[in-house]
Amino acid sequence: MAVSNDASELKAGSGAQAAASAKLSALFAGTMGPLIGLVLLCLVLSLTTDTFLTFRNILNVLDQVTVLGIMAIGMTLVILIGGIDLSVGSVLALAAMVMGFVAHPDHLNLGMSAGIVTALVVAGLCGLVSGLLVTVTKLPPFIATLAMMSVARGLANMITDGSQIIGFPDWFTSLSIIRHFGFLSVTVGLMILLAIIFAVFLNYRATGRSLYAIGGSAEVARLSGIPVKSLTNWVYAICGVLAGLAGIVLAARLDSVQPSSGFGYELDTIAAVVIGGASLSGGVGSIGGTAVGVLIIGVLRNGLNLLGVSPFIQQVVIGVVIALAVATDTWRRRAQ
Amino acid sequence: MSLNPSHTQTPHLGLFVSGLCKSYGPVQVLADASFEVRPGEVVALLGENGAGKSTVSNIIAGSTKPDAGTITWRGKPYSPASPAAAIDAGVGMIHQELKLLPDLSVAENVYVGRLPMRGGRIDRAAMNARASAQLKRLGLDVSPERKVRTLRIAAQQQVEIAKALTLNAELLIFDEPTAALGGEETELLFQQIRKLRTEGMSFIYISHRLDEIAQIADRVVVMRDGRIVARHERADIPVRTVVEQMVGRSVERMFPPLSEPGSETLLEVENLSSPERSFQNVSFSVRAGEILGIAGLIGAGRTELVRAIAGADPISSGLVRVAGKPVHLNGPAAAIKAGVVLVPEDRKAQGVVLEQTIGENLAIGNFDHVAPNGWVFPKAVQKFAESGISRLGVKGRPNQAISKLSGGNQQKVIIAKWISRPPKVFILDEPTRGIDVGARAAIYDVIADLARSGMAVVVVSSDLEEVLGLSHRVLVLSRGRQRGILDRSEASNVAVMELATS
Repeated sequence: MAVSNDASELKAGSGAQAAASAKLSALFAGTMGPLIGLVLLCLVLSLTTDTFLTFRNILNVLDQVTVLGIMAIGMTLVILIGGIDLSVGSVLALAAMVMGFVAHPDHLNLGMSAGIVTALVVAGLCGLVSGLLVTVTKLPPFIATLAMMSVARGLANMITDGSQIIGFPDWFTSLSIIRHFGFLSVTVGLMILLAIIFAVFLNYRATGRSLYAIGGSAEVARLSGIPVKSLTNWVYAICGVLAGLAGIVLAARLDSVQPSSGFGYELDTIAAVVIGGASLSGGVGSIGGTAVGVLIIGVLRNGLNLLGVSPFIQQVVIGVVIALAVATDTWRRRAQ
Repeated sequence: MSLNPSHTQTPHLGLFVSGLCKSYGPVQVLADASFEVRPGEVVALLGENGAGKSTVSNIIAGSTKPDAGTITWRGKPYSPASPAAAIDAGVGMIHQELKLLPDLSVAENVYVGRLPMRGGRIDRAAMNARASAQLKRLGLDVSPERKVRTLRIAAQQQVEIAKALTLNAELLIFDEPTAALGGEETELLFQQIRKLRTEGMSFIYISHRLDEIAQIADRVVVMRDGRIVARHERADIPVRTVVEQMVGRSVERMFPPLSEPGSETLLEVENLSSPERSFQNVSFSVRAGEILGIAGLIGAGRTELVRAIAGADPISSGLVRVAGKPVHLNGPAAAIKAGVVLVPEDRKAQGVVLEQTIGENLAIGNFDHVAPNGWVFPKAVQKFAESGISRLGVKGRPNQAISKLSGGNQQKVIIAKWISRPPKVFILDEPTRGIDVGARAAIYDVIADLARSGMAVVVVSSDLEEVLGLSHRVLVLSRGRQRGILDRSEASNVAVMELATS
């Protein structure tokens, strides 16, 4: 936030140019650092590989980040209000298993629509329970969602006693395969649409702005008449629904669901949001920033694969990037 | 009073500060500060925020290094490299925010960093016995094994003092020690200071409460803009003189003239009680244009009472009517909707979101005004903020970070946030806490204007002068009970204190 203000103040007075730059900086509020990092990363990979800067590969990157991207939107809301959700990976698996169990001919065979709806409802309920544990039982979000992480994973395993469910209708798997207009799969389109909707919501809706107030100071927000508890419940519920949706997208990509899927995804998701400039203490962050964070992780994985770097070294590199991103952000804030 | 830095010094073994200077970059925060503290003496250091009091005390306590100047302590040159070095030399500081470890015991806190050992293990018996002896010396009866977290603030402060005593401190610097204390607790602290003074200990006493100075200090040093502007050889100087020296101009008046209240009753409180019994059976009413002050000692239930009226805390029984209509107090939102707004006690924790801009802070809670249909556009926020800023004369722009404003201007932003609704009942809890003396008059003017515009105003304050100067009537609470409502004509220091301590 602070960066955008300074940027817009510096240029105040030069009319249209100032307005345009203010709009740009509002969209990527506080994310100039990560954005520069992303651009540099792309430049380096374009120069060191023949394949990175190809249309096909860019589409690959987008495909690869859909699951992470959709989850990261929900996580952005949670982190904005000063919370954390460790359960998203497990909720993803639970939702996918519920969908498979309800829809698959070997099980309930109630059809894909019934499966998808049930999965989203279950995922939303998981989020709501986390929210209620935070607002009513007053558990710290870390503990509440740690508990939900374990419960949801256990439930996901109980549905089929740990085995996977394979094979969904062609139309369902093609959601992530067929590229309409030559570039846009339904799943990637869904991620982009959700990002736009939530970016507009956070920037321009009263409720979205209220989330920033809650994250800045829940007590100030409460005394100002903002319904902090119910908004907190909603945010966790939405985060759950989006994790469930990510599970469905993953099922479409893999043409199967398994109770062990999404293991460790919560950490990738938190990493993406934090790399995108959000503060874990709440009140600071944006969808634009998260998008940059998600892309940095996606591009990095993709690029390291193209360079033939082993997955083990990739983990090391991503860890270093997380530390670097947050450290530079902290230094910059202090310098101001 | 002498302004000559090289004023005659009688030789003694106390503290001589001479020509201290300190700059941070281009900003000089301390310029040629000189004063002395004799053994067994309490010197009050007065000044507004940013006058340089903290810099001076931090230099003496070893946490800041001066750019120039010398200090002599007990006859020897003294330039502590760290707080530890200062403590070794017998100089301790009790900070406003106590530096204790809440989950350790009283004794552990007193001896932290130098726990008595025996055979490679902590000698708890010796530690507890020694801590207990120091606490007794202070007249404090708490178990040395109790966790500090479970103690009241006043008792926690005593633990800090006990710690300083075990370190053989001979000079103690107190930074606003009474800010969080009630009347009785303050009196206990003063008794201890007097006792230790007769044992030869010296004190530098920093406070914003000018009425305390006459009670406890032997001499007064006034600072402004990093310089010492006055030294008084006695402490019983008129408050007005000190204030004028602190702000550097003559003070016409602190309190604005009050306008005549209207006839319509806007706020009626009937037999209000809290579930925790922090207040019981409180009944009063406030008319349009009237300012009701609420006075009482710390812990009398003042803050709890007004928070309940503003819907911030639950009530167990009783009724609140606004303009004749009962209000269902199930949260701040309901109270705000009914026209009751609160400027809370703790500005930083409850009043403003420090990471946000002035405009964003003004918009919180006003999205229904700023954003018809729920759409918040930056231009609308800007416009809303500009009108609030100009109405209250806030020195700032809408897109400026609120953390950069002074306390007084932040307080104006909080008031401006509500003013456009407009509310019927305006409650202000400690409206000038932590605000410079020079900036207080502006806040008082704003409060008087709120009443003049036809709102019912309730002001809670620990500063008795403030309550008496601002209010048409004064309600006095003591231990959660309403002891009486005094008219302006009959409300005096003595009358209020009599009720408050009953």
